Amino acid sequence: MANAASGKTRPKYLSLPALLFEIRLPLPGWVSILHRISGLLLFLALVWLLALLDRSLASEAGFDAVRHYAGRVPVKLALLVLVWAYCHHFCAGIRFLFLDLDRGVDKTTSRLTAGIVIGVSLALTAGLGVMLW
Amino acid sequence: MVERIVVGAHYGLRDWLAQRITAAIMAVYTVILLAMLLGGGPISYAVWQDLFMQGWMRVATLLFAASLAWHAWVGMRDILMDYVKPAGVRLTLEVAVLLVLAGTLGWTVQILWR
Repeated sequence: MANAASGKTRPKYLSLPALLFEIRLPLPGWVSILHRISGLLLFLALVWLLALLDRSLASEAGFDAVRHYAGRVPVKLALLVLVWAYCHHFCAGIRFLFLDLDRGVDKTTSRLTAGIVIGVSLALTAGLGVMLW
Repeated sequence: MVERIVVGAHYGLRDWLAQRITAAIMAVYTVILLAMLLGGGPISYAVWQDLFMQGWMRVATLLFAASLAWHAWVGMRDILMDYVKPAGVRLTLEVAVLLVLAGTLGWTVQILWR
């Protein structure tokens, strides 16, 4: 074996355990993939949300029905996930706009702003969640 | 010195820019709507309906919906280009996304002006 002959242990990249436990996505990577996932979620929920808006604006009975429907626990949880998706997409989007303008591109700043994006969107979700329920 | 002549229809640049401009429009709308909803008292049907019946709100919401449709189209197309390789499947999904977005835009108009 070449390894044994040279006396070096080579790093083992891209094995399943390495992917699961060793290689960790840096914070900006998390912001990026969550931006994509949250965008996809919002697209998939679009028709449902529009249906709720339609019903709630159509009549007083419809408004009450939507309010009652939104009070059910599974619906509440789904809406909370969508609130998070919106907040994250919003905050991460603003960060990306600044990156487009070459602001905050260096490693330290970009990691800091990535952490801020994740933290602020979670805080906003919690705040809005408390206000709505 | 080589003169580079940029050819093509510039779809990429146009969509990239459009995604950012529509994002800014939606961000402004979001902040305004949130301020209006959180600034007032409890939201009854009367308050809710009144808000969306105002002329400027209808136009702003339509602008938001149009921005959303374009923004989501660019985003969904990016996702499909990254993960869906067979051309037939990708085209089918792209058409489906376009139909959903066009449909929701028409539906929004119906909701706002009924």
